[in-house]
Amino acid sequence: MILHTLNQAPANTACFQSALSAMDEQDSLLLIEDGVYWALPAYSDQLASIPGRVFALEADIRSRGVGNSTLECIDDSGFVQLCVSHHKVVSWF
Amino acid sequence: MTDKNILLQSIEFDDEGYLADLSQWSPEVAETLAQQEGLSLTEAHWEILYLLREFYALYEHAPAMRPLVKAVKQKLGDEKGKSIYLMQLFPGSPAKVSARLAGLPKPDNCL
Amino acid sequence: MSAEGILIMTRAAPYGSSAARDALDAALTCSVFEQPVTLLFLDDGVFQLLKGQSPTEISQKNLNAVQQSLPLYDIERLCVSRSSLDSRGLGTDDLILPVEVVGDAELPQLLSQHRHVLSI
Repeated sequence: MILHTLNQAPANTACFQSALSAMDEQDSLLLIEDGVYWALPAYSDQLASIPGRVFALEADIRSRGVGNSTLECIDDSGFVQLCVSHHKVVSWF
Repeated sequence: MTDKNILLQSIEFDDEGYLADLSQWSPEVAETLAQQEGLSLTEAHWEILYLLREFYALYEHAPAMRPLVKAVKQKLGDEKGKSIYLMQLFPGSPAKVSARLAGLPKPDNCL
Repeated sequence: MSAEGILIMTRAAPYGSSAARDALDAALTCSVFEQPVTLLFLDDGVFQLLKGQSPTEISQKNLNAVQQSLPLYDIERLCVSRSSLDSRGLGTDDLILPVEVVGDAELPQLLSQHRHVLSI
């Protein structure tokens, strides 16, 4: 059970793909910083192929005006909860 | 002024007493630095010093204790490839003392 | 199987940034503290293992030199992503050290079998 964080915008496809290939269905992905652009509708197919749950950091979503996201948004305390409810955190950057 | 002082004055050291330029090393430099440590160099010391210089030529860094012990074990056998053996030759912190005498930079990652 | 040891995952090409060197330093430091270490080279990180590097002209230390000392630090497990090699037209013959090639399907297990994962 790993929490993967991803902070790279969609131009960095390799980062996203690698994070995906390292995940299994018990893992979660949290989109942070420029990673929240993956929450745009244009990428919904790619997000749908993720085996585990997907979250986005609310502040980063709002700051960048990424609307229409159907993703589960979390605040900082939610971030902390995710960190402690998973065995470890792996960052993709 | 003694010859030894003249020898050391011609050489550049870093803040911690390690040679700034590996190529300025000579056996005489090692002897002089050893005296500062209160050591007189025997065959047993020299084989470690030359092993260290070989290590540096290959791997471009000075080894911490663990890889030093392993390298000594591979080159000079199980009897010598022990930390106690190196402690006896270079008391204190063998990886640091021997690197200094061999003219290498201070080992990174050294406890 | 309980998780043990540290997996250091490195995804950056050498010399363009200090990331590759940092990953290697972290691995050596873990070894000095007697922590078992596995290195995982992913994406552009596989370029770190290319043989024949000679970065003197760009005033950098040769990564290959330090890499060859890894067995002396008891760091024997070097994992390389097959898809990262394939997509760069590289094979294990191009690499400086013997490696364990891992497929994408094996990655989740590799991460979960280590107690800690450091991404550098």
